[in-house]
Amino acid sequence: MILAVRLLAPFAIICLPLAAAADNLAVEYTEDGRSFTDDDVPTFNVAEDGTVDWPTFSGFRRYHAECHVCHGPDGEGSTYAPALKQSALDMDYYDFVDVVTNGRQVINAAENSVMPGFGDNPNVMCFLDDIYVYLKAHGSGTIPRGRPPKKEAKSDVIREDEDACMG
Amino acid sequence: MKKLSLLTSGIAICLASAAFANDDLVSQMENSKQWAIQTGDYKNQRYSALDQITSDNVGDLQVAWTFSTGVLRGHEGSPLVIGDMMYVHTPFPNIVYALDLANDGKIVWKYEPKQDPDVIPVMCCDTVNRGVAYADGKIFLHQADTKLVALDANTGDVVWEVQNGDPAIGETNTATVLPIKDKVIVGISGGEFGVRGSVTAYDMSSGEQVWRAYSMGPDSDILVDPENTTHLGTPVGTDSGTNTWEGDQWKIGGGTTWGWYSADLEENLMYYGTGNPSTWNPAQRPGDNRWSMTVMARDIDTGMAKWFYQMTPHDEWDYDGINEMILTEQEIDGEQRKLLTHFDRNGLGYTMDRVTGELLVAEKFDPVVNWTTGVDMDPNSETYGRPAVVAQYSTEQNGEDVNSTGICPAALGTKDQQPAAYSPKTELMYVPTNHVCMDYEPFRVSYTAGQPYVGATLAMYPAPDSHGGMGNFIAWDNTDGSIKWSIPEQFSVWSGALATAGDVVFYGTLEGYLKAVHAETGEELYKFKTPSGIIGNVMTYEHGGKQYIGILSGVGGWAGIGLAAGLTNPNDGLGAVGGYAALSDYTALGGQLTVFALPN
Repeated sequence: MILAVRLLAPFAIICLPLAAAADNLAVEYTEDGRSFTDDDVPTFNVAEDGTVDWPTFSGFRRYHAECHVCHGPDGEGSTYAPALKQSALDMDYYDFVDVVTNGRQVINAAENSVMPGFGDNPNVMCFLDDIYVYLKAHGSGTIPRGRPPKKEAKSDVIREDEDACMG
Repeated sequence: MKKLSLLTSGIAICLASAAFANDDLVSQMENSKQWAIQTGDYKNQRYSALDQITSDNVGDLQVAWTFSTGVLRGHEGSPLVIGDMMYVHTPFPNIVYALDLANDGKIVWKYEPKQDPDVIPVMCCDTVNRGVAYADGKIFLHQADTKLVALDANTGDVVWEVQNGDPAIGETNTATVLPIKDKVIVGISGGEFGVRGSVTAYDMSSGEQVWRAYSMGPDSDILVDPENTTHLGTPVGTDSGTNTWEGDQWKIGGGTTWGWYSADLEENLMYYGTGNPSTWNPAQRPGDNRWSMTVMARDIDTGMAKWFYQMTPHDEWDYDGINEMILTEQEIDGEQRKLLTHFDRNGLGYTMDRVTGELLVAEKFDPVVNWTTGVDMDPNSETYGRPAVVAQYSTEQNGEDVNSTGICPAALGTKDQQPAAYSPKTELMYVPTNHVCMDYEPFRVSYTAGQPYVGATLAMYPAPDSHGGMGNFIAWDNTDGSIKWSIPEQFSVWSGALATAGDVVFYGTLEGYLKAVHAETGEELYKFKTPSGIIGNVMTYEHGGKQYIGILSGVGGWAGIGLAAGLTNPNDGLGAVGGYAALSDYTALGGQLTVFALPN
């Protein structure tokens, strides 16, 4: 599994304009069903046969409950809100977390763009890393639009963490 | 000086008769040269007796003049025309312009409220507003942040203002208001934020609250008389707004009221529908969840409910019941009756007796509708009036964390708020529809005030095994529930229709076309591509002896979110991705009014 992604990673470097961005995708290690880069940033793990890890699937599901009413299906953007599949690649992980947690506003003559802060919303915050890795997986072209057809089972640790977070 | 004289005459009116304001708007609406209310009239027929533009000459239609609103996002609703003045509204920040039609559309006044931009993200699905209303020399603006403002129609000065809800807990507004008799009646949005829906009447001259009726809760909150308020002819009984809910879920129960309002002054009743129960995860709210998804008939003066009809008990698909109630007087089964016709999100077209609340017709207005086999029409049956749910498409029966696939229609409904029109000449309803299906997977969510409270993930795609498009524009016979003709459209038809005495029916499309079709046959007679996609409603008026057609462009709303990048069908498997049209390939943002007329 991990080996498969390690093999994919060099391919991703070729595809992406910035080599630095690829470092933000490649899996360095996996713990209890969650994968991370060598900077300890969460990332997706997709097997050669298209099976996605649980966080990527969970992120697909949570995105389409919490985010798509503004940002459109599959992180593709809407008439007024940006395509998050690109933002997840362009933005530093910690900046991404900051914007989702605290929100941000761009208000001027041409634009009334307001991202709310989701900091006190467990339906978002408990799944923020899932949403982030899902968007990176789709934004990098690793998975296509739509519901991932095959997924890993949810690990016991993820289940325990979710239950604790959701209260 | 002028203001003073207006004020004193206002006092005199109060003493003389509280019904004066109503008489003013009624006479303004009767003058077919004007467009005095968003819905065309209290009956919501969206029909104009103007007949200068006909099925014979509409092909010659030309753009007469245009006006940029200065705002980019989704433009719903339409302008009003009263006398020489046209009133144009915008989405957030909810600017109102008064244009002088006798002076080439010169801006007489402009009103721009100051609103906290924090309201923007708690508006589900773009910052739309479905327009201002007029009565008693005032323009009524119901802002995004739920502030209701009465403006002097001549000057734009604020006469009074009142706060109806609290955006901090997700309460917002997108709807127009109903000015009737001495009241202004308003609704509320926020079903995806756990808002408990209500309808509120304010005194037209002072802005003081007169009554408020919640959609669920104790009898004193929902304004019912347990013995005399009926559901399909049977008294609703005590605690009907709480006894089909588990625990306190009704307090965040949804049933918001963001649609259109109609009224019958003879019966002293107003009509509207309530939205989805929240959350979208049906497992978290066992029971019928009354009175979400309900057609409501209430006394205009007191708010007391006369009758209810719950169309979709225990919603499992987000089929809000808020679409307009169109009032007509027609013969049905050999009897002349006062009817109410409603095209629900759930894909069924209902015809009811609007006096008694009796259900007469309930038929699918898109043949692909599959979540139900139909409504039990037997008054002696235990399930009278209930839709029979098909187990395969029941997100409740399939359970949490299960993806139910192939459900038609999608959550946005076979029809959303985009209002239909009725022509008394043809006795047909002209209905803008969506032709979209979905997969729906509910899961557990927790409630936080002011945060989205959804609890389902869904994927939408054009109705399979059909024409491939995402919409139809249909003609419907409401007396027998049958489709007379149907025009396939590439995108959902998200624009309100207009029927005219010239036998022409108008509607807009998401690509931006204004289209004119023949009222009898549906034959396309004219189209013109406006600068942006149309989610506004077509209106008409006459000025200087000439009939005009007006339409707001400005793509957005739910359609602009779901369709901007195009839809995909996950059931087609990999490789079919991108196979459907993306709205962003056809149009871009931009608010503009386009006005058409015949050449001189």
